[in-house]
Amino acid sequence: MSEAINDVGESVETGESAAGKVKKFMFINRKSPYGTIYALESLEVVLISAAFDQDVSLAFFDDGVYQLVKGQKTQGIGIKNHSPTYRALDGYDIEKLYVEKESMELRGLTTEDLLVPVQQLSRGELSKLIDTQDVVLSF
Amino acid sequence: MPMLHTVNKSPFYTYTLESCLDRAREGSAVLLIEDGVYSAMRGTPIERRMVEAMKKLAIYVLGPDLEARGMTYDRVVSGVKVVDYGGFVDLAAQHNNVQSWL
Repeated sequence: MSEAINDVGESVETGESAAGKVKKFMFINRKSPYGTIYALESLEVVLISAAFDQDVSLAFFDDGVYQLVKGQKTQGIGIKNHSPTYRALDGYDIEKLYVEKESMELRGLTTEDLLVPVQQLSRGELSKLIDTQDVVLSF
Repeated sequence: MPMLHTVNKSPFYTYTLESCLDRAREGSAVLLIEDGVYSAMRGTPIERRMVEAMKKLAIYVLGPDLEARGMTYDRVVSGVKVVDYGGFVDLAAQHNNVQSWL
């Protein structure tokens, strides 16, 4: 993975445009939205990655699917509600959002409960997709 | 009154809830806070565990933590009581001691 990141760094330094070497980046989100800082950190790195014109996709499984639940109202806990940002991703050309069906079902969730359009994949399909990535970043 | 237990972890992420429920003594109370509130939702395998636990324990869930996570009150397992911060304070005051399961 570190090698892959160096590659990106070099291409930026040498001014090579994304047209030269577009890589497939996948961000894996497995944590609930407010229990840890991971969800927010992931979102920030995803937004940064949008500036590099790479092929970015986001996968949500395990408790990560909770990040996308609609109707989050955080006034009561005094923490910033970062969930509206997922709706803005589409404006940065980040449109590939995947949720794992098994994780959704275990938690009694359906795609109707989510705040953005997503593609729901089975565990096997998602694993296969992760295997095709050039860079995988886990949160 | 006996112990007030608080659980702040998702039941899908750690074993904390089980650990607490297996040890909490009859007549004590369990308050689900932070990511612990996911344990109070209907339609999960944890629901049955909650219903079972309520035979010997009183189960509460913190409303503001539900709302933050987009979990509406109508999705809470029946019998689990939703409390606000004032209710949290009352529970702490009513019980002899508080055990935080982290």
